[in-house]
Amino acid sequence: MIRVAVIRFPGSNCDEDTLRAFKLAGADAYFVWHRERSLHGADIVVLPGGFAFGDYLRAGAIARFSPVMDAVCRHAREGGPVLGICNGFQVLCEANLLPGALARNAGLTFVSRPVRVRVEATDTPFTRLCPPGAIFTLPVAHGEGRYVAPPERIEELESEGRVVLRYVEGTNPNGSANDIAGITNRERNVVGIMPHPERAVDPLLGSAEGFTMFTSAVQSTALTSGGAP
Amino acid sequence: MPDFEVEVRVMPRESLLDPQGQTVEHALHALGFGEVRGVRIGRAIKFSLSCGSAEEAERSVRAMCERLLANPVTEDFHIAVRKAS
Repeated sequence: MIRVAVIRFPGSNCDEDTLRAFKLAGADAYFVWHRERSLHGADIVVLPGGFAFGDYLRAGAIARFSPVMDAVCRHAREGGPVLGICNGFQVLCEANLLPGALARNAGLTFVSRPVRVRVEATDTPFTRLCPPGAIFTLPVAHGEGRYVAPPERIEELESEGRVVLRYVEGTNPNGSANDIAGITNRERNVVGIMPHPERAVDPLLGSAEGFTMFTSAVQSTALTSGGAP
Repeated sequence: MPDFEVEVRVMPRESLLDPQGQTVEHALHALGFGEVRGVRIGRAIKFSLSCGSAEEAERSVRAMCERLLANPVTEDFHIAVRKAS
C-alpha cells in the first residue's frame, strides 16, 4: 500500500480533509507532526493547507524551519513526490523547493470560492491521470495566493511546461502572474497548488473533480515503485 | 560584549504591487489628504544583540534577513544598528 505522510504544523487546518482524500484514493495515509524527524517510510509527502504558525512574519516562513522539513527536503531531493496545497505551497516556496513566492492577493480580500482551473501539465505524479487541458472546478481559500517571481523565472516556468494548474482566463482570483494556480519543480516531483482538491472529492461537497489528483498520485507512485496501490 | 539596538525595516519590493499600501492611500485621499502618493506598507522588527562590534552585528543581522526576516523574491530590507546606551 502506498504510504502518504500528511505533515501537521501548528495551524494546519486542511489536514483531516487531505488525509481522508488520500484514504479514499486507496492509500495508507497518516499524520506526521512537524517536530518529528522521520517520515516513517512515506512514498508521498503532503503539506496541507491552513495557517502554519499563524502565518506570522510571512505565510510559510516559520514552518520551513520545522524539524520535519529536513526529511521533506531529502524526500524531494531523492525524487519522491511532494504536494503542497495552499499554505503547503507557500511553505514549499519559502523552503526553496519551488521558485517564486505567494504575495497578498491583488484585491486585498481573502478569497474563498470555487474557481475554474485548467490542467496544463500531466507529467507530474499528481496530474498523471488528468486529461490534458481538463478544466476542474476547485475551491480556493486564501489571502496570499498571488504568485510572483522575476520575469525570467516566469518565462522559464512557461518554456519548460512547469505551470501545472492555471486559472481559466478571466477568473484569476488573486492577480497571480500569468494566471498561475500551481507549478512544479524542474524534476517534476514537487508540486504546489493554491486550489484545494481535497475539498472536492465528493459530489456532496459540490464537486468531486479534485479526486483525480489523489488517484493520480497513488497510482503513478505505485507504478514507479513497483508495488500495488 | 557590547549590546546593540537593531531595527530592521522590511518593505515590499518597489516593482511589486502593494495592495495594502494602495488601499491605505485611497483612505488617506478620502480623509482629505489628497496630496499623498506612493504609500507602501512593510514591517519593522526591533531587537537587541550582544556582539563584538557594529560590523559583526550588521553581518549577523544581514544573515538573519536573508534566511528568515525577509523574502528575497518579494521584499527588500534595511538594517540600522546602533550601540545601546
